[in-house]
Amino acid sequence: MVEQLAQKVLEVHGEAWTIKELFVLPNEYIYWSIQIVMYPFMTGLVAGAFVLSSLYHVFGVEKLKEIARFSLVFSFALLPVAMMPLLMHLQQPFRGINVMMTPHFTSAIAAFGIVFSTYGCIVATELWLVYRKHFVLTAQALNAQQNRSAVDNFRLLIFTCLTLGAWDISHEAIEKDHHACKIMAGIGIPVACFLHGYAGFIFGSVKANALWMTPLMPVIFICSAVVSGVALCILCYVIVQEFRKFMAKRKMARWAKDVDAPTVEELEGAKHMEVMLASNYLLYFMIAAITLEILDLIFRGYTQVKSWDILREVIMERDFTKIFILQYGLGNLVPFLMMALPGRTVRRTTIATVLVLFGVFMMRYNVVIGGQAFSLSFAGFMDYHLPIIPHSIETYKEGLLGALTVITTPFVLFFVINKFLPAFLKEDSSH
Amino acid sequence: MERREFLKSCIMVIAGASVPLSALTLIDPRKVLAANPDIQWAFLVDTNKCVGCGFCVMACKTENDIPLDANVTRTWVERYVYTKDDRRYVDSPKGALNGYTESRIDLGKGEFKEIDPKNVGKAFFVPKLCNHCTTPPCTQVCPVGATYKTDDGVVLVDRKWCIGCGYCIMACPYAARFFHPLLHVADKCTFCYHRITKGLDSACVNACPFGARRMGNIHNINDPITQLIMNERVGVLKDEFGTKPQAFYIGLAQEVR
Ligand code: SF4
Ligand code: SF4
Repeated sequence: MVEQLAQKVLEVHGEAWTIKELFVLPNEYIYWSIQIVMYPFMTGLVAGAFVLSSLYHVFGVEKLKEIARFSLVFSFALLPVAMMPLLMHLQQPFRGINVMMTPHFTSAIAAFGIVFSTYGCIVATELWLVYRKHFVLTAQALNAQQNRSAVDNFRLLIFTCLTLGAWDISHEAIEKDHHACKIMAGIGIPVACFLHGYAGFIFGSVKANALWMTPLMPVIFICSAVVSGVALCILCYVIVQEFRKFMAKRKMARWAKDVDAPTVEELEGAKHMEVMLASNYLLYFMIAAITLEILDLIFRGYTQVKSWDILREVIMERDFTKIFILQYGLGNLVPFLMMALPGRTVRRTTIATVLVLFGVFMMRYNVVIGGQAFSLSFAGFMDYHLPIIPHSIETYKEGLLGALTVITTPFVLFFVINKFLPAFLKEDSSH
Repeated sequence: MERREFLKSCIMVIAGASVPLSALTLIDPRKVLAANPDIQWAFLVDTNKCVGCGFCVMACKTENDIPLDANVTRTWVERYVYTKDDRRYVDSPKGALNGYTESRIDLGKGEFKEIDPKNVGKAFFVPKLCNHCTTPPCTQVCPVGATYKTDDGVVLVDRKWCIGCGYCIMACPYAARFFHPLLHVADKCTFCYHRITKGLDSACVNACPFGARRMGNIHNINDPITQLIMNERVGVLKDEFGTKPQAFYIGLAQEVR
């Protein structure tokens, strides 16, 4: 028992999931595992969701109004989760704050805190501008209510705070909000792209890693980020709308009992239109993302620098299924055809978005894990085995359960945020 | 506001801001703390002399409190075997902690390969350690500045400040870094900074019975190590990364990476 314990303590970080083959240097392990796959995946979703919402706010694509508001709220819910995998993978998570205290600016990660909080502020401001009228109206309505329950009193307090003392909802004031919102969204797009392009830079600038080092990495990351964000928004939007349809049918929710509640047909119509339009954008971004990825691959194959021998073996042989079948085939080609072929329906698009999300996840996986699949000696390989059943805190954090924790959190957050910032509002109380 | 006034106040703001900025650059803690700027430590490995006994690895782990049975090490020895039919085998089981007492090659995954001694073309050992690069990518990427280069040329890790992100481990082209199994922070060879600054040899240099490892001050032209580096044909590892390693090798084969 004591021996077993000692054995466990001595397990080096990475040993639990790395299998070495041929000549791998003694200190080499897969140090960056599933959480670092989750990190660009989650930031990608944040950035993508925000870009989708900006299409409406900045470029005035009116038809995207509803899905845009939804994406904005959702991107806010995703925001804290973008940081979670980073914290979970730290060996000293309690020192994470050091990044803010002594940022070392030659490092690509150092500015993370700054970029991230700037971005958070922008999204929060934009949300506030969009929902200010809603806050004011709700607070006023609650205030006017006679004998409020404790819950309502609490809601009144929250909504009063949320107005930040700006009670003016005259037409001019709202117009001003609208304008400010447009500006914020305009600033937000480059910041969102930066947030994510920068995640690409973290990998692309590691010169020690033959697979990662390419200046294309940030651009590839941005394109696939938008792809994944748009796909997730479409998917969630469809699910939530289906749910609302169900509620409207049964008159289950509070809003469904209102006289002017949207009917099932209205919901269906709105859903169809928005999904079709958003999926067009999804297609454009997919084309950009795939072109860049393939370009990178072809370039490596064509120039055949020293590292190509080992990269070829990893890409074409060892990871062939993961890269060509799962990522490009199932994750890109199939959904692309599903959406591009004529006679597209909402259901087909929805299934396609699930595949797209899977494809982007596989791309992150193949970059992060694939980049560590070969030894720096170029003479050996490392195999990654995702810990499924955790037997220590480390195998929980860096295993299947840790990844699932990260994935489920945004939905929980969305549920809570949605109570105060309803993603689906009647026309007149927001813009 | 008038344009002229605007410009005026701009200049004033910039001038005002530059005062505290210049005050900051005046005090560079590294300059103040540097033990001796006339010293630049360099390492010299004579691969012709190494026999793969692994004494250096054992000495290093003992000196620097890296658990013996943990599968990471600050320094290690690689074995290269070339057969006459032009195949190359390399291994470094446990970093050669217990020396190369077996003739079979470790292929990983619990597989081994016995090579017919008559078929061996050439074979040699190469000790490795952190190269204390002049332009280290590892310190460049640390987000909190927990790993840094001293003025006498040694790259160190601040164990109290490292957040354990592993970025430096990924950035080192030589796999010289790892996570300390007990402290959970980045760890690597320090050239035994605690010894060399007191005039002692590093643990591995001390332990090597054949003089395959040596250390010296490359800024001192009369230092025997400096003389050797100047006069012998020496090479460095993975020069293409532009890291300018400060560990030099005599008799480096081109295949050693
Ligand atoms: S060998 Fe690696 S750890 Fe040592 S200084 Fe160079 S890059 Fe840093
Ligand atoms: S593991 Fe520690 S020393 Fe290395 S980059 Fe991260 S914080 Fe810096």
